[in-house]
Amino acid sequence: MLKQIEGSQAVAQAVALCRPEVICAYPISPQTHIVEALGKTVKEGSLSPCEFINVESEFAAMSVAIGASAAGARAYTATASQGLLFMAEAVYNASGLGLPIVMTVANRAIGAPINIWNDHSDALSQRDSGWLQLFAENNQEAVDLHIQAFRLGEELSMPVMVCMDGFILTHAFERVDIPTQEQVDAYLPSFEPRQVLDPAEPVTIGAMVGPEAFMEVRYLAHARQLQALERIPQLATEFRDVFGRDSCGLAHTYCADDAETMIVAMGSVLGTIKDVVDEMRADGHRIGVLGITSYRPFPLAQVRAALVHCKRFLVLEKSLAVGLGGILATDVRMAVSGSGLRGFTAIAGLGGRPITKASLHQLFRQAEQETLEPVSFLDLDRDAVNKQLERERQTRRSGPIAENMLHDKGIVSAGQFG
Amino acid sequence: MGFQPVKFYQTGTYTVGNRLLAADERSVQSSEQRSNAINSGHRACQGCGEALGARYAIDAAMAASNGQLIAANATGCLEVFSTPYPESSWQVPWIHSVFGNAPAVATGIAAALKAKGKTEVRVVAQGGDGGTTDIGFGCLSGMFERNDDVLYICYDNQAYMNTGVQRSSATPPAARTATTMPVGPQPGNPFGQGKNLPEIAMAHGIPYVATATVADLRDIEYKVKRAMQMHGARYLHLFVPCPLGWGTASHDTIRIARLAKESGLFPVFEAEHGEVTGVLKIRHPVPVEDYLKPQKRFAHLFGKHAHPDMVAHIQALADRNIRKYKLLDEEVH
Ligand SMILES: Cc1ncc(C[n+]2csc(CCOP(=O)(O)OP(=O)(O)O)c2C)c(N)n1
Ligand code: SF4
Ligand SMILES: [Mg+2]
Repeated sequence: MLKQIEGSQAVAQAVALCRPEVICAYPISPQTHIVEALGKTVKEGSLSPCEFINVESEFAAMSVAIGASAAGARAYTATASQGLLFMAEAVYNASGLGLPIVMTVANRAIGAPINIWNDHSDALSQRDSGWLQLFAENNQEAVDLHIQAFRLGEELSMPVMVCMDGFILTHAFERVDIPTQEQVDAYLPSFEPRQVLDPAEPVTIGAMVGPEAFMEVRYLAHARQLQALERIPQLATEFRDVFGRDSCGLAHTYCADDAETMIVAMGSVLGTIKDVVDEMRADGHRIGVLGITSYRPFPLAQVRAALVHCKRFLVLEKSLAVGLGGILATDVRMAVSGSGLRGFTAIAGLGGRPITKASLHQLFRQAEQETLEPVSFLDLDRDAVNKQLERERQTRRSGPIAENMLHDKGIVSAGQFG
Repeated sequence: MGFQPVKFYQTGTYTVGNRLLAADERSVQSSEQRSNAINSGHRACQGCGEALGARYAIDAAMAASNGQLIAANATGCLEVFSTPYPESSWQVPWIHSVFGNAPAVATGIAAALKAKGKTEVRVVAQGGDGGTTDIGFGCLSGMFERNDDVLYICYDNQAYMNTGVQRSSATPPAARTATTMPVGPQPGNPFGQGKNLPEIAMAHGIPYVATATVADLRDIEYKVKRAMQMHGARYLHLFVPCPLGWGTASHDTIRIARLAKESGLFPVFEAEHGEVTGVLKIRHPVPVEDYLKPQKRFAHLFGKHAHPDMVAHIQALADRNIRKYKLLDEEVH
């Protein structure tokens, strides 16, 4: 059914349609609306049987999900930013144990400085955790990805993170087609665990494993991700059969056929990028887009196939490998290695810095002309940075960095949310 | 198993052979039906109090739940010595996730069972003192506060044994550990630190909190059974000597545990909804020296460079327990 609805509410409804049996919740912006809505749904009895547990930390949230999943229940939680880092040990553990938990990550920057706004640092910090990581471009895709995530994760016995941009998607009211219960039930069978804690057949889960078998266990996680590379497109096709729309998959191109310059990105910024590309195309620029939905597993072959025919590409990412440059860009470069393609990286939108069409127009033109630095920072205020560097050169006790920056930029008050 | 009444009575002791008891009063461990929850072949040190305590506690929980039990385990000696790949000693469905989350994992299991309507299956979580009083404390307090249907068992050997005997917040004052060495003017673990987890558990107002030692295995069985008769969050704190970490003889584990109780240093009691409902009285009072002297971790308190002031301080702590929990009969008439 078509609804004009907030992204978080839409995702909460989609998750409820997947009939999770245990939901654990701990508040952190911008994920709160999702678990609040699910809490209400469970409490009023419209999602049953389901246990909604208000835990005392994200570490506990993931741990409760681990216990629930190991006992054979479909388990769900949501988090962001500091919360994802706080649960990190359990995040790795869930995938190591092969438990198909689904978690929404409402992408948000990581402090310090504390910042509630959107970028992809949180999810990308867990890129090697073994979780499958799917990035939504818009709220319709966020809804659809959750439904596919339960199916994919449970088939492979691996946990799945559905990443959606905090505020930009979670708090945006858009038109979303919310599926019916019949559709979801037709697509998503009940959870049949590979391993389960059951007194009738006692098993030991999470035993200590030494050098003699650890490599094999880790490789199996990799092997399952490689299986996911095959299953994700198949599940998208099956999804279309039931729900009547194309959604998800590994990666998608836009105006790519004759493109000489390709822009690679993940998440909601693809919308803005496509608008800019439309305008540039109207002016005769041969520019196209590659949007990556599946960040883990990373679709090396599809990325390569999408890029090898162009002359150059620019990875625009909302994340920063400090001391190196891009995170997504590193993976994209691996996909095209040996092709001789020119590649540029633009770090953009950190901590919610708006990515404007005007800035993208300029950036993409520079990419076309190959006048960009290998790694550039979109709309970075160099004066402010240089002022602080100069201050540090002159005074030992130069003071707190964030406060200096706010002062230099003439900003008096910071955000008031936690 | 057939029940043979035997006419045989001992005098002057509380010890009673199983054969003298009615069938339903016999110990879980004496029954052929016991579950052998932790089977032989595990790699605990000789005389490990934790292995002994866990075996009795989980067998008792299995008996009380009709074999319908799932266990969650924190990282620590118990987890490591019982599951080196590819062997597992566990005869119960058992999961180890990480060090600090056993209570939350158990909450998740209990929630799953509830959602699935499997109310006959019960859940225990277990960990060492480090996993319980330090790194797992947040998860434990959360589990208590929500009154989740989990029995949590802490095996208190008073230090981080699995990593080589480092201090935890359950390490007693003056004890030598690898991080509280017996050097300087105040050798060993400082006085005035540490936390009393049974009392903190009681402050949560949960249905049941109890302490016990491996010196009284029947008491462990009784308390596990009592706990399993209740629902909601329950906490059992077991005093389990560690020969390796404490520098005690393997054959002295039971004796050391008994001396801890008889000296008053480890009060053995049970409490319901935050109120003490019963204590095990001291039967043969002993000075704390009797408990401290056989342990190398307290060796620096005695001998050439003795610290009688510190021993007196420890005695004062025992005396406070004796007053507070009314551990001596004279004080209760
Ligand atoms: C997050 C984390 N920190 C530290 C460790 C290392 N570690 C493993 S077991 C252990 C000691 C366990 O002590 P305790 O809980 O008292 O159990 P014991 O071994 O004494 O029975 C430590 C410190 C770990 N595995 N995980
Ligand atoms: S170190 Fe201590 S607790 Fe660990 S197995 Fe040995 S005796 Fe038991
Ligand atoms: Mg310990």
